[in-house]
Amino acid sequence: MTRYIIRRILQAIPLLFLISVVLFVLMQNMGDPLATMGGRTMTRKADRERLTRQLGLDQPIYMQYIYWLVGNDWTKVDLNGDGIANTPGRRLGILRGDFGTSLVNRGQPALQVIWDRLPNTLLLMISAEFIIIVFSILIGIYSALRQYSLTDHVITAVSFIGYSMPIFFIALVTMYIFSVNFKRWGLPYLPTVGMFDPQVGKTPLQVLWHMILPVFSIAFISLAGYSRYIRGTMLEVMGQDYIRTAKSKGIPHRDVIFIHALKNASLPIVTIVGLDLPLLLGGAVVTERIFAWPGMGRLFLDHLSRVDTPVIMGILMLISVAVVVFQLITDITYAWLDPRIRYE
Amino acid sequence: MATTAESTLSPHGAFTDDLEAPPLTLRQLTWRRFLRHKMAVFGGITLILLFIYAFGGAFIVSEAYSNFTETGIRLSSPSLEHPFGTDTVGRDILARTIYGGQISLLIGLIAVLIETIVGIMIGALAGYYGGTLDSILMRFTEAVLNIPQIFLLLVMAKFFAGKIPNITAFGRDFSGSVIVIIVIIGLTSWPYLARIVRAEFLSIKENEFVLAARAIGTSKSQIIFGHILPNTLAPIIVSATLGVANAILSEAYISFLGLGVQPPTATWGNMLEGAYNYIDTAYWLWLFPGLLIVLTVLSINFLGDGLRDALDPRSRAA
Repeated sequence: MTRYIIRRILQAIPLLFLISVVLFVLMQNMGDPLATMGGRTMTRKADRERLTRQLGLDQPIYMQYIYWLVGNDWTKVDLNGDGIANTPGRRLGILRGDFGTSLVNRGQPALQVIWDRLPNTLLLMISAEFIIIVFSILIGIYSALRQYSLTDHVITAVSFIGYSMPIFFIALVTMYIFSVNFKRWGLPYLPTVGMFDPQVGKTPLQVLWHMILPVFSIAFISLAGYSRYIRGTMLEVMGQDYIRTAKSKGIPHRDVIFIHALKNASLPIVTIVGLDLPLLLGGAVVTERIFAWPGMGRLFLDHLSRVDTPVIMGILMLISVAVVVFQLITDITYAWLDPRIRYE
Repeated sequence: MATTAESTLSPHGAFTDDLEAPPLTLRQLTWRRFLRHKMAVFGGITLILLFIYAFGGAFIVSEAYSNFTETGIRLSSPSLEHPFGTDTVGRDILARTIYGGQISLLIGLIAVLIETIVGIMIGALAGYYGGTLDSILMRFTEAVLNIPQIFLLLVMAKFFAGKIPNITAFGRDFSGSVIVIIVIIGLTSWPYLARIVRAEFLSIKENEFVLAARAIGTSKSQIIFGHILPNTLAPIIVSATLGVANAILSEAYISFLGLGVQPPTATWGNMLEGAYNYIDTAYWLWLFPGLLIVLTVLSINFLGDGLRDALDPRSRAA
């Protein structure tokens, strides 16, 4: 097992390297990060040259990549434009935890910018994932036990619709019903944007109140796929011999379902949850945009439009590392839960 | 054929007739399994109607009308003259859903074509040759899979934005962004297909008919494309069908975020861009294009589900 883990980690290194190179090349052609730096006034030519040098954008792309990856404190860079590299570099590189300096939030480390938004995203996404798992298990079991009943057909139809719906559509529909029309009818209505009412302040109750619609939208879309999947694995498990044995031994029906069947059916569920978890880190880009939720997805969009390479690269690399790590954790959990599986 | 002749001449009457009825061909069996799937038939019919709506509608309203702005009547609610209302600059939303539908459906179809070609090439090469080539191609596939598609799409949309000039085809102007969206969706969605094709190739290439083909000196490309590929068509067709739905959704997402197809070219996705600013005043801005997207994607998913059952009964999904 240890050897398997070590081998997987060693395999991940070239993978992440490849990803970072491809993304870094893509970043180079996204537009001019200096264009918006002067604020309202046009950036003067001299300033532009100075900024280009300070940000290291005058270097050839492979040097920029090396500086981004391992930093430049081992060499000297030319900051005053006299052609002689005489100022010692100060960047540490992403491998030593220095993501660079954000170009939009001037002077702030990119990691700090990302870190500030991460809790908001995690709050939204973990709540959503929790609801998805609990409800999809309940719905999945329910429709598996009543296969081909009217309820099962209704659930199947609704899951297909949910699965086919772009998230912004369900977001707009729920906003229209629960905010716009509830307000019109004089009912207590849900807020549409932001994380809290500025007049009340960021109290837990306010955040919870603002979370309802985004969490519902995210959960509704994913619930469909999950519950179908659980229905399938439950149906498979319910046909097994050990379930028949448990039933014939006279074990209460509920125990057979929740202890004997669900335990075995939950194995494949671990896989999809494990593969989905890292995606939570990136947040729901679209959902955060509609509900003006100050999370990482919106950070990504805002900074992408202004070519803030360090922040964008930082977010993408964090997600990539998370995907690799969670894949490994999923594999290990799986082997631990199911002793039949052995990794060589 | 001989069976048919015999059974009609049989003296035992209807009973033997039934027993000795000509066996159904594979195509008939598939078709029968497909028809049994009611939702798939519903999906297929709805899809045909949607195509008629988008492409037939073009004979009734002109493209110029769909792009005609009249700010005097901006944001007017659905009426007889404008059944779906007008948008923020007074364009008729009904006309725009027709022309937007054409672009959305075309993007879905062509992006999947690209996806399928790339996926088959990479999957077939990796599966057939194995070894180092397989490792390299599969690492590359993993790299693409490792980043959530929406992030990759946004980065690539930004990368290519404004680099492709507008093109004229069929007497109409297409925004260069349409090409960009098609290409980037095609280039980011192939990994799943490539994995499916590779897995199929790995198992099929061990069969004796492949060995026989190799023994008589059939060329490698003939073995790959002429002998193995036709045996992997079922999962490819299913995956491609569902891929169209995915591509239409992807286009809607990036256009919704403003990085997709640029106006005045309409798509169902970019008609929704900014609609949430008018959530409490103009529901018709997002309701109609949104419903069309849901209906299209839903129909394609039903169709794909039915095709899977019909073409590939073994891999029946739960």
